[in-house]
Amino acid sequence: MTKWLEEHTPKLVLAPSFVAIMIFVYGFIAWTAWVSFTRSRLLPKYEIEGLIQYERLMASPRWETALNNLFVFGALFIIIAMVLGLLLAILLDQNIRTEGAIRTIYLYPMALSMIVTGTAWKWILNPGLGLEAMIRGWGFESFTFDWLVNPDMAIYTVVIAAIWQSSGFVMALFLAGLRSVDQEIIRAAQVDGIPTWRVYTAIIIPSMAPIFLSAFIVLSHLAIKSFDLVIALTGGGPGYATDLPATYMYAMAFSRGDIGQAASSAMIMMMVVFAIVVPYLYSELRSKDD
Amino acid sequence: MSPILEISNLYKNYGSTEILKDINVSINAGDFLVLVGPSGCGKSTLLNCIAGLEPITSGTLNIGGQDMTNVSPKDRDIAMVFQSYALYPTMSVAKNITFGMKVRGVDPATQERKLQQVAQQLQIEPLLKRRPGQLSGGQRQRVAMGRALVRDPKLFLFDEPLSNLDAKLRVEMRTEIKSLHQNLGASMVYVTHDQIEAMTLATKIVVMKGGVIQQVGSPAEIYNRPANLFVADFMGSPAMNLIPAKTRSNGDGTHIEIARRDGSQIVLKDRRNRDLPEDVIIGVRPEDIADPARASSSAGQEADCLIDVIEPAGADTYAVMQLGGKHVTARLHAETTATPGATQRLSFDLGKVSYFAPDTGLRLN
Amino acid sequence: MTDLTLTPVQTRQSHIGKAVLRWSLYILLGVFALFYLMPLFVMVTTSLKSLEEIRTGDLVALPREVTFEAWRTAWSSACTGIQCEGVRPFFWNSVLIAIPAVTLSTLLGAMNGYVIAQWRFRGANLIFSLMLFGCFIPFQVVLLPMARLLGMMGIAGTIPGLIFVHVIYGLGFTTLFFRNYYVSIPAELTKAAKVDGAGFFRIFWSIFLPLSLPIIVVTVIWQFTQIWNDFLFGVSFSQAGTQPVTVALNNIVNSTTGVKEYNVDMAAAIIAALPTLLVYVVAGKYFIRGLTAGSVKG
Repeated sequence: MTKWLEEHTPKLVLAPSFVAIMIFVYGFIAWTAWVSFTRSRLLPKYEIEGLIQYERLMASPRWETALNNLFVFGALFIIIAMVLGLLLAILLDQNIRTEGAIRTIYLYPMALSMIVTGTAWKWILNPGLGLEAMIRGWGFESFTFDWLVNPDMAIYTVVIAAIWQSSGFVMALFLAGLRSVDQEIIRAAQVDGIPTWRVYTAIIIPSMAPIFLSAFIVLSHLAIKSFDLVIALTGGGPGYATDLPATYMYAMAFSRGDIGQAASSAMIMMMVVFAIVVPYLYSELRSKDD
Repeated sequence: MSPILEISNLYKNYGSTEILKDINVSINAGDFLVLVGPSGCGKSTLLNCIAGLEPITSGTLNIGGQDMTNVSPKDRDIAMVFQSYALYPTMSVAKNITFGMKVRGVDPATQERKLQQVAQQLQIEPLLKRRPGQLSGGQRQRVAMGRALVRDPKLFLFDEPLSNLDAKLRVEMRTEIKSLHQNLGASMVYVTHDQIEAMTLATKIVVMKGGVIQQVGSPAEIYNRPANLFVADFMGSPAMNLIPAKTRSNGDGTHIEIARRDGSQIVLKDRRNRDLPEDVIIGVRPEDIADPARASSSAGQEADCLIDVIEPAGADTYAVMQLGGKHVTARLHAETTATPGATQRLSFDLGKVSYFAPDTGLRLN
Repeated sequence: MTDLTLTPVQTRQSHIGKAVLRWSLYILLGVFALFYLMPLFVMVTTSLKSLEEIRTGDLVALPREVTFEAWRTAWSSACTGIQCEGVRPFFWNSVLIAIPAVTLSTLLGAMNGYVIAQWRFRGANLIFSLMLFGCFIPFQVVLLPMARLLGMMGIAGTIPGLIFVHVIYGLGFTTLFFRNYYVSIPAELTKAAKVDGAGFFRIFWSIFLPLSLPIIVVTVIWQFTQIWNDFLFGVSFSQAGTQPVTVALNNIVNSTTGVKEYNVDMAAAIIAALPTLLVYVVAGKYFIRGLTAGSVKG
């Protein structure tokens, strides 16, 4: 008995977490998937009815906006944050004396809650008293910057705030990548008389491909899960101009009482995440095993 | 006397891969058993099986006459020294050494007494308060030994304990382990990939390859009568010369013909009558090919050889030539007159010659 | 051999060129620093201004008259819906949620990581992969069933319910952190301790835990930041009295009753941000390590 216990202690210790993950992650995903195929409204029903919820989703203009927003927001956010992050990392890599302090400044937004970020930018971008009013106050009377309340432009304010929050983090990733490039290769290139910019474009950046990939994964993951920022900054408005799948799901689940729509929109979010993350994780785990 | 360690028909699989196949070894109290082989031969896995750190798939394993096959490591009455020393990084040297006793509930006075005794034996008294991180490689090695010694076990296990040390320290520690073995009269199992360590330390050597035991024997047996081409090639440095040759038997012994590069033959005569196939590989140690002046016995048969390379090594000079299509090394006097590109008269001593079958690689004599 | 030394003119020119380049570099870095600092600066100055000054003054101007009135209001009397007690009770809710949730998830993560890294058994890697995938799911996919489960367990809308949720969905990351840390510790250490007679818990307690301070700090900071800054679980699984500070902040900002008090909003936002900002300033190194470890997986 003690021998058995001795041999199985590790498994017993891991078991509760394993069971928890199986139930609360995979079991719950299965539950949501199941419900997404039913006619559930205020209360869940368990009779499978096929793709009706997904059909309703596709027919909903609000969902269409949310999905469009996700692609616009996601693409802009990922591209700009990566470009900005890389630029900052390269600038900081030039033996800057105050590097530590500058890095701290660039990165601190990452420590903030998205709600705080949203609140701050909501104030800054509000046309009445914020940036617009300030510039008008400087004498540019016709200056307008009303993106926050303009249904066509509001989604871009989300992009601005998200980039402000996350680009420093991307910089930190890239900086770590730059520093991990074999210094001897760089020295060899310098001895060969290759100019600095060529060293970056031809040697350093290509060797950072894995970092680009992880940055992309993290950012796309952030983009898809983005919820708090939209809630705090625009509340999904004006109207539902800045709805994202995450806010759509939340609205259906908790204010509209439409469990079927909530479940099916959540499943689509998960499929988007998995389409991006699963191949990445799979290759990561595979390469670790070898 | 019953064997202190007895392994019978041991098999070890990981999934469908067989790591160890039909291992049978036994040693008596006071033996120093060395498991030697190239990396991946299964020697460390076998040691882990003896320690109980890896379960075995089938077979039995007795320590001190008791079946230990399913007994956990702590109840096997063993102590182990690891390649990386595996010192507990956050504990002082003293705590490292006494940890096992503390876990087993030995009273503090005894712990202290044994600690002092071992520290004195290994001359690490000044280090007792330090952390492993503050020690040199050699000192860590000593502490790891101390942790094993303090247990006073039936069986000591060593897993390549010297391979992380520099060459000079390795030789020193080797001597120290040997004298420790002689003074304690303890039983030891020692894993190494270094055949010199194996030769110098062992009372009994097990040569392994691909999870299979190739030969078990005393260092002299292994060296002089290797059981197959693998053992012949693996044990000894420079390696045994393995030369393809043709044999002819007539009444007064065996004639051995070895081709020179120019097509001419060296014909040597083994006075014993042997029943050998025509094609063999003969195994001759470098020291059995010497300057005629140095050749120890009169058994030497002289032949001219074209020397390709001369490698002075201080005490000896090695001469490399080509015989039977292979590089052959001879061990010559330090002041030999042999020069590269010139012909040199060498003396071949066939007193300890080995014959191997070219197809199976097995020893024929 | 050709003379490779530069003539004085050339060197001076390249010196000037270098200095110009250097200065533009610093200016560029400074401009970006302003971009990142500006919102924080605006938040702080706005929170110290009176509403009157906000209406008439400049967004980025320093306050003419510093007043802490907005801070007082934000802390103890701002309205979050029908309740008008400021963020104070919600701040303490967040503390009450974060402390046990961080402690529990870190502890469990440490044990899990120890098992997966040092006591490998058949299937351990599969379990690890399953836990890792769990880190990536959009939590929307578990919101509905979790809400029902909390209801069935009778802890819906309670602080223990939120602690439970944070522990469960924090496990993947805490396990990942500890597993990656322990996997770099040689397996021989565990073997030596086994031969010394120590068992599973003894080895963890005497050998691994004393080694773990850096990764504990990284994990605690990561978990604290995640849980403190959480909004989704907070808004989904809490009710009026148990909301965390992020939810309260959002309610203050979006409460439609009365005059819009931007200075109070900003003060409340800073209060909500203060704990994680403090952690970042004090232990930024570990914070960054957690971020990068959390993103460069495996």
